[in-house]
Amino acid sequence: MLYRAHVLVCNGTNCSLKASPEIQKEFSRLLPEYGLDKEVKVVETGCFGLCEYGPTVVVFPDGTFYSGVKVSDVREIVSEHLYKGRVVKRLLYQVPPAAKPVQVYPEVDYFRHQVRVVLRNCGFIDPESIEEYIARGGYQALGKALTAMTPAQVVEEIKASGLRGRGGAGFPTGLKWQFAARADGSGPKYVVCNADEGEPGTFKDRLILEGDPHAVLEGMALAGYAVGAHQGYVYIRGEYVLSIERLERAIAQAREMGLLGKNILGSGFDFDVEIRLGAGAYVCGEETALFESLEGGRGEPRIKPPYPTDAGLFGRPTVINNVETLANVPVIIERGASWFRTLGTQKTPGTKVFTLTGDIVNAGLIEVPMGITLREIIYNIGGGIPNGRQFKLAQTGGTSGGVIPPELLDVPMDYDSLAAHGSALGSGALLIIDDSHCIVDVAKSFSFFFLHESCGKCTPCREGTLQLHRIMERISRGEATRTDLENMKALAQAMYVAPLCPLGQTAPLPLMSTFRWFESEYLAHVVGKTCPAGVCPVDGTAARAAAGCAAREV
Amino acid sequence: MKSLEDLARLREEVRERIKVREGAKAVRITVGMGTCGIAAGARDVMAALLDELAKRGLTDVTVTQTGCAGLCEYEPLVEVARPGQPKVTYSYVTPEKIRQIVAQHVVNGQIIGEWVLAAR
Ligand SMILES: Cc1cc2nc3c(=O)[nH]c(=O)nc-3n(C[C@H](O)[C@H](O)[C@H](O)COP(=O)(O)O)c2cc1C
Repeated sequence: MLYRAHVLVCNGTNCSLKASPEIQKEFSRLLPEYGLDKEVKVVETGCFGLCEYGPTVVVFPDGTFYSGVKVSDVREIVSEHLYKGRVVKRLLYQVPPAAKPVQVYPEVDYFRHQVRVVLRNCGFIDPESIEEYIARGGYQALGKALTAMTPAQVVEEIKASGLRGRGGAGFPTGLKWQFAARADGSGPKYVVCNADEGEPGTFKDRLILEGDPHAVLEGMALAGYAVGAHQGYVYIRGEYVLSIERLERAIAQAREMGLLGKNILGSGFDFDVEIRLGAGAYVCGEETALFESLEGGRGEPRIKPPYPTDAGLFGRPTVINNVETLANVPVIIERGASWFRTLGTQKTPGTKVFTLTGDIVNAGLIEVPMGITLREIIYNIGGGIPNGRQFKLAQTGGTSGGVIPPELLDVPMDYDSLAAHGSALGSGALLIIDDSHCIVDVAKSFSFFFLHESCGKCTPCREGTLQLHRIMERISRGEATRTDLENMKALAQAMYVAPLCPLGQTAPLPLMSTFRWFESEYLAHVVGKTCPAGVCPVDGTAARAAAGCAAREV
Repeated sequence: MKSLEDLARLREEVRERIKVREGAKAVRITVGMGTCGIAAGARDVMAALLDELAKRGLTDVTVTQTGCAGLCEYEPLVEVARPGQPKVTYSYVTPEKIRQIVAQHVVNGQIIGEWVLAAR
């Protein structure tokens, strides 16, 4: 059946909260009424990216981009646009603040500045249809590797591409695979996909899995072939209901088609994938705690070394990669390392997917070349800061992230450039904070997060995160002294090195980096006993009330 | 699937299904669907057009609609844009005519002069 038009309805979690399943049903109900059901196809897709203005509906072949669509709008789209060919102008996405309607989606600034590699299929295909993934070139890379490349060649290609782990640390993926490939092969090896995604403000992995689950499965199978593993696990947080559903369906379809399981494409290579659910502890995203949890134990980190590539899951050599890292793999194998290197920077080739949230006009999911500046992201793609406010800082993710102050707006965003300026690229959150917020209040929310998420296994983290948070509370109540600040710095130095895993090691970072860039605001609280933003309870009464709670806290 | 060939075959098969979303095809056919066009029979023209394209397996053709062009008198209007040729608007199109337009103009590039209202 040939359809003249496709109506793509975004059913990512963000849009579906705003009734996109009902919108899709309404289309399916109304199309036959207008005799259009044989001409127009309705496709449910994963996240399109512009979550702030969801639910989004895109009509092809023209690419008309409707935003904020309600169930009651569907009839007008069907009767006017699909039946009579008249675009429904009032539903077109309006570019704020210019309020200029944009008709065709590649023209929307939000998309024009993006480069879609990882998100190549998100919002474009039906994620529940393996055929649509295959139509877009899916599983070609796996086929190519299995028939025309040796495992060592796959490792070499990934090494040559310069791909680095997108889970936060930026470790070279090819090198990791090489370690695992050379590790003891006398027993099984494993591939694990880290889909725990616990960093506050990050939801890119969820949207990748919802929008294009097969890309991640194909990446895992390629990793398995490269290192000699035959079993993969996706460790995913239990709250990601839609991702889990889509993954389960994708695995079943791939097995049925012979793209997972025994003797894939007649090559003699076996690989299968199972899903394991996490229970939402942040530390379970740390690779060794994740293995503990996956094995059925308590999610606490192990001492390293040994590293996962020597002794990971069930004590066997294991490759663990982030969702986004794995989704890059099939494209690299299909199009080659040198193509991948045309994107991004010399030391960090490729793109990065971010979830853009907070005080920003276009909140949503974006993919940009590595090395873009934060200024470009905020003002060209993000549409700027709303309500006439000024940019104050961006936070790039929990443990692995850093703080980007206005001074660093023009620093290229890649692992090394940001590290050189004492910040970090992080895992994919871009939480934009405007000048109505108090830096102490912001930092206090981070110190509370680490206190809450510390697993308690090692003392420096368990006790250190508590003390750091207490100091932050005193600062915010106007009760801190300069000694508190000195203690905080000394404690931070100890915590950089003493804890068992990076959760504790990086817990002081948001405090120290905000202190570095916003020292005068800290001092206003400590010395001047004022909160310049008017947020913190620095006056005595509030302080006593808060202290009452603090005594019982944790 | 047992081999890479099977995968390639399936890909070719399913590719057509999502081609509509890839934009910019070689030929673009626009059917006037204002109230005037519909009253004059544009819906039947559209149905015949889609049917003819499917029968011939012509997938490199984009079919769109447009509203009233102000030439209500001449509806149903159909515009055919083919690379390297002027855009041609046919008037008083019927289901039978559109099938011939596909056969001669879309496939072979021969404009059917006697039905042409305007060429740009
Ligand atoms: C406390 C903590 C939480 C982490 N959470 C995640 C996570 O949710 N997802 C993830 O991919 N990596 C997370 N990591 C990093 C993983 O330990 C590991 O480096 C990563 O999965 C490796 O994959 P990559 O090389 O593809 O980035 C976390 C690390 C720490 C210390």
